[in-house]
Amino acid sequence: MNEKEKLIDKKGVRLDGRKADELRPVKLQVGVLSNADGSAYIEHGKNKILAAAFGPREMHPKHLAQPDRMVLRCRYHMAPFSVQERKSPAPSRREVELSKVIKESLEPALFLELYPRTGVDVFVEVLQADGGTRCASITAAALAIADAGVPMKDLVVACAAGKVDDTVVVDLFDAEDKLGTADVPVAYMPNLNAVTLLQMDGILTPDEFERAVNMAMDGCKKIYALQKEALKTKYMVVKEVEE
Amino acid sequence: MPIFFEKKQLVTPGELLAEGDYLPGENTYAEAGKIYALRIGLVDSDNKKINVVALRAFYMPKTGDIVIGTVVEVGFNGWTVDIKAPYTAILRASDVLSRPFKPQNDELSAVLNTGDLIVAKIASYDRAHDPQLTVGEPGLGKITRGQILHVTPTKIPRVIGRKGSMISMIKQETNCQIILGLNGVILVTGKTLEEEEIAIEAIKKIEAESHTSGLTDRITQLLKEKKQVKVEENKVE
Amino acid sequence: MSSLVTKVRLKQIEQLIEKGKRLDERGLTDYRPIKIEQGLIERAEGSARVLLGKTEVLVGVKVETGEPFPDTPNEGVMTVNAELVPLASPSFEPGPPDENSIELARVVDRGIRESHAIDTEKLCIEPGKKVFVVFVDVYVLNHDGNLIDASAIASIAALMNTKMPNYEIKDGEIKIKQGYTPLPMKSHPITVTMAKINNRLLVDPWFEEEQVMDSRISIATNEDGNICAIQKGGSSYFTPQQILEATKIALDKAADLRKKLNW
Repeated sequence: MNEKEKLIDKKGVRLDGRKADELRPVKLQVGVLSNADGSAYIEHGKNKILAAAFGPREMHPKHLAQPDRMVLRCRYHMAPFSVQERKSPAPSRREVELSKVIKESLEPALFLELYPRTGVDVFVEVLQADGGTRCASITAAALAIADAGVPMKDLVVACAAGKVDDTVVVDLFDAEDKLGTADVPVAYMPNLNAVTLLQMDGILTPDEFERAVNMAMDGCKKIYALQKEALKTKYMVVKEVEE
Repeated sequence: MPIFFEKKQLVTPGELLAEGDYLPGENTYAEAGKIYALRIGLVDSDNKKINVVALRAFYMPKTGDIVIGTVVEVGFNGWTVDIKAPYTAILRASDVLSRPFKPQNDELSAVLNTGDLIVAKIASYDRAHDPQLTVGEPGLGKITRGQILHVTPTKIPRVIGRKGSMISMIKQETNCQIILGLNGVILVTGKTLEEEEIAIEAIKKIEAESHTSGLTDRITQLLKEKKQVKVEENKVE
Repeated sequence: MSSLVTKVRLKQIEQLIEKGKRLDERGLTDYRPIKIEQGLIERAEGSARVLLGKTEVLVGVKVETGEPFPDTPNEGVMTVNAELVPLASPSFEPGPPDENSIELARVVDRGIRESHAIDTEKLCIEPGKKVFVVFVDVYVLNHDGNLIDASAIASIAALMNTKMPNYEIKDGEIKIKQGYTPLPMKSHPITVTMAKINNRLLVDPWFEEEQVMDSRISIATNEDGNICAIQKGGSSYFTPQQILEATKIALDKAADLRKKLNW
């Protein structure tokens, strides 16, 4: 990479002004859609994402129901206007894969065996993308499920880390995601110390990888505090009304 | 054996509530000797038992529960009923007709049709089978008049009040019949629309303010004020 | 419902794992026997068949010319597609690719792409206009577990077997000449998949182990001992310690395989 393409300057400041271990601003709101059983909205940097949860309810089509457990279905979808060049609304292979890994990042938080033959549907719509949409989607989707009153072992929260130029940094935004050398998205249940999503692409030494995972988990813990706050806020508003 | 909460503290799923010699109660779970919340709610302890009063939950059927449901399908030998639960309920034709069902004579949709509301009891339910309903007891069956409102099922106990005190008061003050479906569906039937509306307003207030103290007093106040207004309106006329 | 039948097996599998053993008498970190056969499809520019135990995967590589992506005008294009062919398992159904085949393709793709296995710059014919496009098609012929590793190995083996048509440019036209040159490659990534059962990591899970596993992790590494792609799957979790343990195992096993395969 030549000099002018540097993503981090000599003082260790990134293109968007952040330090290596600094997150983008995260804003969360719970209960934003009246028709869903649970919903949440996240702004993570310039990512703007809505998540809605429905259920547990009867599975349709019925043959997809499992006799011994609840089925979680997820659809991660990007709006055609969410990216620079219009994206076709038809689900891409990337979206199909992300739907699967997001589902598998949320399943460990649920008591699937308690509600056999039912299904919970989670719909994620990326309204604007700025790198790290799968992580922001998981953070919002977990809140939507909690808001639907579905029992959870813990909230699931996600954050990526990666390597940009020669530095391991947390929470890559679009340009870093595209031009950086590695990206490690992690989803985590902080109270149970359980990693529920882990992917990586790029090249990292084992040491760098370990640092990236730790950095991502630290990021998760910070966002977790905001997540809890957002969930409480919805129900605290109710309390204030009458006081 | 620490406890990690204050009484009535608002907790979120995954929050560590207690460690050691405690028992997981409602809306909590135990793992590796620790007790965690599994829903958003207010935490409380009852001796060694840790409970979370959920602020958000869905209704899970229990045998013996009274529920209010909507007929969504007329089948060959019974009805499918939406009881606002993860499972739809079944009402058998023989239960309603109280005699063997004959397909050649009995037109089921004449008895109950889609869109009809019923008050029913859960006759049987386990996780492997859909809940079965019965209407074969006094007070159960098709609803013909009144108003319906929905509350979060977890709030029904608050509407009932201690030993039924809250609901008795509302019934008494408004002259309304009130049936509380444990699935969060409530039927209010009064002599006048005004009386029904007062009862509904009181129930909505209970739902919104369920986790605050002094609620009974405020509901008493509300019912008195509303009745006053009504009396005055009548005078003007 | 295979998951119901195998619940009976779960106890047996778990008991064996506690003793460090498996149903097919392997150790926890042993691979099943691997057999590679290259060049068996003459119509394809490259091909390879891999037998991993009873799992069988055939990969065919076709090379065509096409346009480069606008953001990489000097590089050739590589795409991976995977077909879970119905004859490979009673659970595979004909029809458009489902999430499992898409995930398989994308995990194999990432292993090849992120390790820069193919020297894509050498596949450029005319910058911004014409490049070679390498189609890697993964055909699963028999599913006995761990399709990811079998497909990844078969894909690299097929790429190593791939011959590029010689060409010359005359008056702005591409003329295919006689003869072939091997596909230029820079790296040979190896993906190692582990299943978590009863909080233990099992390398190369076979079908029954996959049915009862809690979760799965696949780690691709290159010959420099660096990590180039990871995918967690399944409906459970890993502790951070288990993840580090998995990366160590993946590097060890990849080194073993490299020696065995001469990669």
